[in-house]
This record gives sequence, structure tokens and C-alpha cells, in this order.
Amino acid sequence: MRPFTHHAPSDLETALQLLSDLGSQAVILAGGTDLLLNLREGTLEPDSVVSLRQVAELRGIHEDKHGLRIGATTTLRDIIRSQLLHRQHPCLVHAASLIGSVQVRSLATIGGNLCNAAPSADMAPPLLALDAEVLLVSTKGKRQLPLQDFFRGPGEQALQAGELLSEIILPHPQGETIYLKHSFRAYMDIAAVGVALRLHANGGTFAAARVALGAVAPTPMRAKAAEQELEGQAPSEDRFARAAALAAEACTPIDDVRAPAWYRRRIVEILTRRGLTALWQGTEQVAG
Amino acid sequence: MKSQITLTVNGERHTLEIDSRRTLLDLLRNDLEFAGTHRGCDSGECGACTVHMNGIPVPSCMLLAADCDNTEILTVEGLQPEGDLHPVQRELIEKGGIQCGFCTPGVVMSAVALLDENPNPSEAEVREALAGNLCRCTGYAKIIEAVMSAVEDSG
Repeated sequence: MRPFTHHAPSDLETALQLLSDLGSQAVILAGGTDLLLNLREGTLEPDSVVSLRQVAELRGIHEDKHGLRIGATTTLRDIIRSQLLHRQHPCLVHAASLIGSVQVRSLATIGGNLCNAAPSADMAPPLLALDAEVLLVSTKGKRQLPLQDFFRGPGEQALQAGELLSEIILPHPQGETIYLKHSFRAYMDIAAVGVALRLHANGGTFAAARVALGAVAPTPMRAKAAEQELEGQAPSEDRFARAAALAAEACTPIDDVRAPAWYRRRIVEILTRRGLTALWQGTEQVAG
Repeated sequence: MKSQITLTVNGERHTLEIDSRRTLLDLLRNDLEFAGTHRGCDSGECGACTVHMNGIPVPSCMLLAADCDNTEILTVEGLQPEGDLHPVQRELIEKGGIQCGFCTPGVVMSAVALLDENPNPSEAEVREALAGNLCRCTGYAKIIEAVMSAVEDSG
């Protein structure tokens, strides 16, 4: 590991000032469960590491009149234990519980999971399905982006030098959301395919539908054609099957060690159809 | 490149000057000579280096020591007074949940963290708590059996 200077600011203002002064020479450490691997392997050789572990303002889950605000360094362990999330967005609790091990979840953060911008990040599809936004802050000010505009490519997101992700902002829950993860081990494996679905029924039709996919494109993505197939329409098995086919058509998976592209595409279709049916029938347990 | 940190390990306070690249695992094994915490994969996958930080199980290989300022660390050496065994340790021996022993300190720390929080876990909860602790010898059955026996002992 190349030598670096470790900074441990105790508040957000100091952290932002440090990031502004150090510019692109600095990397941000939130939980460190991916960063330490990169430092050890030499894929990152920063002059400075700015650790956010002491910045209390960035950790925690709060409710306001618009919905929930999740601090970026809230750990996956915190998410799993949050009564607010259990009540309002159980799909996020479920997604967090599928990542790593108990030990890893003690350190890993929701913001880190998003900022690493892995196409397979498990927190991304359910957050996309919930219409989450992200708040990016720097010494120059703040900007709020829909999460779908945050991801730019594998490992790439919209953060500029000097900027950090401070909060994930969730509107009030509307409808039911689930996350289905397809991987080859029950624990300690990343998703070969992730599918998050939200259906908001109003009267006999869907007022809103979201189909969000992970690990099947350069970034976590929404399958908008599939959503349009559902919105304003009444539920039926045929409609769910058509939406599932559109989701499979919209993704652009690659072949890799985990699965070939054709397989991932097939799984997207199967999980989307299975998930939509389960949401509609109110089934809680669905196999990913 | 150096920082100074103060932390408590197994009840004793230490103030150390450390290189910024040092992990908590390096510090425990090399500086403080608590070699019961094992270095397995050094990448957060195997659980052999599990310790408690402020009561929570963490992989000590994935934490920079510089980030452990003002924390309280418990390693396998600090679980019980010298010469005494925790019920989980006793049952691991009793039930044959130890073969080569390399994963054992991590398994013990994960199991104890679970029991501290949930004294009466189901087998499924025990399996989940230990999912991040790899063992290449036992096939896990006897480890799970031992932890479940420790639950009965204390119940």
C-alpha cells in the first residue's frame, strides 16, 4: 500500500473544506469495505484518505414532512435495525440484509454502496424503485439529483472533486416495493441479477409502476418501457408477462464469471414476472 | 503519515503512534501482540479476524487503525479471565466444532456477539450470524450444534 495521509474530520464543514483543499488527490472513506481492497491492491493510490467515520451529521435516518432522509454513512447494520425503515420501506431492510456478512454490514454504508457505483450494488435497484434522490454537497453548495442521474458507468458517478454524497432522500411510501436478488450463494455473494419492483394501485389500475434492474447494464437502471406497460393499466398475468419481456429487452448485460448475458436477461424476465405477480397477490416470500 | 490514537483493548487503554496504512488487525497482532485474532483472507471475506468494536462484530482487516481512535475493542483473549472459557468456547471443544482451529477465534467472536444481543437465537439466526465465518474443516454442522448448545446452557 502506498503511503497516504489519514484525515478524520469531526464535522461536515471540516470534511468539505478538506475535500475542497485536497481536490482529486483525496479519496473518501465511509465504511471502507471496498476502499481498503482498492488501497491494498494498488488500484487506488491517493495522497490522502478523508475518513467520514467521525462525522456524526452524516449518519442516521430522519423523518420530515416530505419523507425520509438517510445519512450517507448510515451503515447497513443501522438500516437493518431501523424501525422507521421496517415500517415504511421494508424492501431496503431486505436489500441491506443480502449484502456481505454481519461483520461487513457493521462497517459498510448505504452511501458507499451507491458511490462505488457497482452495477450490482444491492441498495441501488430498490432505491431507484422508490424514486430516491441524492444530495451532493461541497464548499460551493448543494445539488439534489434523482438517483438515476447519479450513476454514470461502472464505478462512475456524478460526484465531482471536492463533493460528497451527504443524504439519500426518499418520498413517502406509495404502493408496495420488493427486491429480488439472484445469486449463486445465500450469503457473501454479489448479485448476478437484481430486480426491484414497485406497484402503486389506485382503484382498479396502477397509478405508478417502477421496474429497476441491477447487474444487467453499465449502471443500475430503470426499465421505463416495462413501467409504461403497467402504468394506468389494470393488472393481469398477460400484462405482467409483457412488462417482464420489455424489462429483459431493455437491459444490456455482459458475460462474466458470474453468468452469461443470455442467462441474466432470462432471469430479469423471470424475476420481473414473478415479482409483479407476488406484489399483486400480496405474497411476502418470493424466491430470487 | 503517522497518527496518534488512543483505544481500549480488552479493558486496557493504549495510546499509539501508528502508520496511516496500518489496519486494526495489524495493530492487534503486531503492536499489541494479541495473536488470537487471525489473519485469513485480509479482504473481509473469511471472518477469521472478527473482533468486537464498541460491542459490534467487525472484520478487523477492513478497518484502518487510524479510524479506531476512542473505540473499545474486544478480542478473543478478553472474553473471559485468563484460564476460563466462554460457554461458546467450551461447547466448541465439547461438540468437536474445532479441527485446525484457524477460524475458531472469529467464529467465537461472531457467536458471542449474537448471544450478547439475542440470548435465545433460532438455528437460522445462528447460521446467519456465522455466514461470514468460513471454516474449511468442520462442514459447519458441529459449529452450529456447539453454539446452539451454548444457548441451552445459558438458558
